[in-house]
Amino acid sequence: MELEIPYTVEERPDTGLTNARLAIWLFLASEVMLFGSLFSAYVLLRSGSEFWPRQADYVNIPLATLNTIVLITSSVTIVMAWASLKLQQFRSYRLYMGLTVLAGLGFLILKGVEYGQKFEHHYYPATNNFLGMYFVLTGLHIAHVIGGLVVNLYLLGPGARMWKTAPAQFTGRVEAAGLYWHFVDLVWIFLFPVLYLL
Amino acid sequence: MPTFFRRYIFSLDHKVIGVQYALTSLVFLLFGFTLMLLMRWQLAYPGQPLPFIGGLFGVANAPGGVMLPEFYNQLGAMHGTVMVFLGVVPLAVGGFGNYVMPLQIGASDMAFPKLNMASYWLYFLGGVTMLASFVLPGGAANSGWTAYPPLSYFATIGQTVWLGGMLFLILSSLLGSVNFITTIVQLRAPGLTWFRLPFFVWGQLVTAFLLLLAFPALQAAALLQAMDRIFGTSFFMPSGLVYGGKVVAGAGGGNPLLWQHLFWFLAHPEVYVLILPAMGIVVEIMTANTRKPIWGYRLMVGSAIFLGFMSFLVWAHHMFLTGMGTSISTFFQTTTMIISIPSVIILSALFLSLYGGSIRFNTPMLFALAFLPMFGIGGLTGLPLGLASSDIALHDTYYVIGHFHYVVAPGTIFALFAGVYYWYPKVTGRLMNETLGKIHFAGSFVFINGIFMPMFIQGLAGMNRRLYDGGAQYAHVKDVLHWNTFMSWSAWGLGLFQLFFIVNVFLSLRTGKPAGSNPWQATTLDWAATSSPPLAHGNFASAPVVHRGPYDYSVPGTREDFIPQHVEHADGEAR
Amino acid sequence: MLELLGLPPEASAHAAEIDRVIVLLHWLMAVLAAGWGAFFLYTLVRFRRGANPVARREGITAGWSTYVEAAVVLSEVVILVFFSIPAYSARVTGFPNAMEATEVRVVAEQFAWNVHYPGADRTFGRTDIRLVSSENPIGLDRKDPAAADDVVSVNQFNIPLGRPVIVHLTSKDVIHSFGLPQMRVKQDAIPGMVHDLWFTPTRTGDWEIVCSQLCGLGHYRMRGFYSVQAPEAFTAWLREAATP
Repeated sequence: MELEIPYTVEERPDTGLTNARLAIWLFLASEVMLFGSLFSAYVLLRSGSEFWPRQADYVNIPLATLNTIVLITSSVTIVMAWASLKLQQFRSYRLYMGLTVLAGLGFLILKGVEYGQKFEHHYYPATNNFLGMYFVLTGLHIAHVIGGLVVNLYLLGPGARMWKTAPAQFTGRVEAAGLYWHFVDLVWIFLFPVLYLL
Repeated sequence: MPTFFRRYIFSLDHKVIGVQYALTSLVFLLFGFTLMLLMRWQLAYPGQPLPFIGGLFGVANAPGGVMLPEFYNQLGAMHGTVMVFLGVVPLAVGGFGNYVMPLQIGASDMAFPKLNMASYWLYFLGGVTMLASFVLPGGAANSGWTAYPPLSYFATIGQTVWLGGMLFLILSSLLGSVNFITTIVQLRAPGLTWFRLPFFVWGQLVTAFLLLLAFPALQAAALLQAMDRIFGTSFFMPSGLVYGGKVVAGAGGGNPLLWQHLFWFLAHPEVYVLILPAMGIVVEIMTANTRKPIWGYRLMVGSAIFLGFMSFLVWAHHMFLTGMGTSISTFFQTTTMIISIPSVIILSALFLSLYGGSIRFNTPMLFALAFLPMFGIGGLTGLPLGLASSDIALHDTYYVIGHFHYVVAPGTIFALFAGVYYWYPKVTGRLMNETLGKIHFAGSFVFINGIFMPMFIQGLAGMNRRLYDGGAQYAHVKDVLHWNTFMSWSAWGLGLFQLFFIVNVFLSLRTGKPAGSNPWQATTLDWAATSSPPLAHGNFASAPVVHRGPYDYSVPGTREDFIPQHVEHADGEAR
Repeated sequence: MLELLGLPPEASAHAAEIDRVIVLLHWLMAVLAAGWGAFFLYTLVRFRRGANPVARREGITAGWSTYVEAAVVLSEVVILVFFSIPAYSARVTGFPNAMEATEVRVVAEQFAWNVHYPGADRTFGRTDIRLVSSENPIGLDRKDPAAADDVVSVNQFNIPLGRPVIVHLTSKDVIHSFGLPQMRVKQDAIPGMVHDLWFTPTRTGDWEIVCSQLCGLGHYRMRGFYSVQAPEAFTAWLREAATP
């Protein structure tokens, strides 16, 4: 029943790619279009409206700055996790992947605090279109963070058994997860100035 | 019975998934077609009770068998949605793409079999969601398949469910397109270089890119509309609306045109998603049945890629009447004319390919041949709609309906029929019945033109689309109103002739002529696999190696008039 | 060709410009359909298996098809640049001086067309959505002095012959589209936005306003009427309508 699909581990010589690496790049291209569409919607709504609220009145810049640092750190640690596998150091992989997961959780907690503050002030998506866009963009981003967290947790826990049976394929999976995590990070780096600083 | 489930329900094999897609989408095509048959009654005989079945729809939809506008608008919106998103695209891409593409590139399966299964089940879920919306209070979505706000904002709950269904379908197509591209790029057989790919594979590749990059715009739009409807945001809702005599609550400040931009950014590339796989099918069938290569293969590949790129730059030609200034309208008129060039090139190449051939008129070939003039009519009538000035007169008239139906119905759907007749022996090991097939073709060809040709006459006279009474109120279309009855009877005639197809599909399973592995004596790798290739045991007896281009038919100096792609060059064979 | 296409009668100054584009494009289609059709039928007969048992691999080698394609492209460019772009541009720019035109506001709603004339003072009275009621569909503030001589008519749009008309178009609820087939005028009425359009009627007559965008259950009956009248008749009507 099991079928051998070529180029899951080794690269195809003429394309220089493994299947997973190509697929994750394609997926990210689609994600760029998704967030790109929402960013364009934001730009169009903001530039077309007669009255756009002062964004700074609604957002918590120090908290978001802290969150930015947390997320950038996690991007670094996930690279370290992948590099550890490349160097055959499984223990330090666990450490760095663990840190990445912790940072992701930390981001979510801080984000939860921020949302809590919004609701305390009765700021809801329906309040105005800035808050609407704020909740849509950050909400979708949170969904992506959660998705990444689930994958990273899997690769830290049960998924890591693959290291014993198919180390190259496992390294490929961690690489793909890392690419995705960088993308999630990158989206935040766009969101932060657009929603908090401008 | 775990093996049964594993093999036929939750199969990972691309062939089973392809057949699942094909059967499901054929059912949806029939369902979407039936919705239209109901609408055509109301158009031909407005206000008269539906005969025989009128009582089935309940008081909310058709009291006394007379269809209400509420029901008519649901049928209209869902006809479009079902045909495009649940019928044609899943059949062309999910069905044919899944089954044929891996075979044609000599792969043992798709790159990600589990993703493949997930895309089918997400599609299934999306379809069920859409169907289920009919039984909601207020029924299914009723704001057109385009779902323009604010109308869709005020619509019944069916619209929210429609958005949910779209979300499943978009996820399904995202997974599918990633899988398709990866498979084509990575799993091509040794020797199968880019310019040795059958045109069908090129069509699927460009289509997958369009799905990958255009659908996210609709995903974003659907998300925003769902926010508007569920959480009361105002992304598409301007301030100061008065609806039903009451001032609309809400923050306001939104822009209804934002939806249209996002929607058409998807929906225009979607047109090429509908047409490129169809062209691929037509090329495969035409080369096999003219016994010669396609004319200008590289030119056609280039045109298909160019079409793909350009299709991202023409979306606003659907929006000329939304208050567009000179410069923007000039841009979109110009890009629209530019995109017509590769279409003209592809169509010309198909016509020219016939010259010098030795044409076999079997059923798949008849449908493929009919595609050429039908797509030609559909394409050419797009010109007056793509120019902003003439669009003023023709926008929202039946001319538009005629135009895109010629592209999609006697165009794409005919190509899909051709594909079913052509690859049926690959799937089942038996040929479909030729006599039934030819009756199906002849009846379909006559009646489908009977439906759509009069639409141009009505549209030019200024009859508008989406009218519950078929335009009976308006004096200026009095002289063309009588066509409504003609078109409706043509539609029912078309329905009747589809029975020949349905019977044929089932009958030939048992009584069809055994086909062998290559009944059409074709050259591409799909025909090198055994007929009805075994499930999940690889597609080929041994991994194929490709030695030549896709269409080596009638090569001088050889005994047979075709040389399959995996056959090595022989002495004395002209290169 | 124009008679063959069966378009509604041309009753505005620019209608002929639009129809010319439609006619030219249909000529192009007719020529192409005839040419390709003849070629298609010829090949189907000449190269059927019975008549040509062995295919010629190289197929057609003459280069004329390239010229045909170039000719198609050239015709499209000519129609685009010399006919369509100017015709459209004239619709969205080149507005006549408001003093020489008849100015009206048209406010669409489910499922009616409200036409608001500024009256003799050429100034539209203030409107406010809070004043909207069944008697006052556009929410005109009758206390505003400018509104004193304003005329609001529902589903009846009167216009004088031979003078440009400027329409400021908007909608109260959903998107509608203001179609005057005989004037070759069609423009979406979008809530929250005002779009201007203009045309000059050249024939008197009574025709219908056609809603050209799905706007809900009553879309099919969202029909208004418009009448192009002799200027004297129009002035008389307006004066009478303005008298309370």
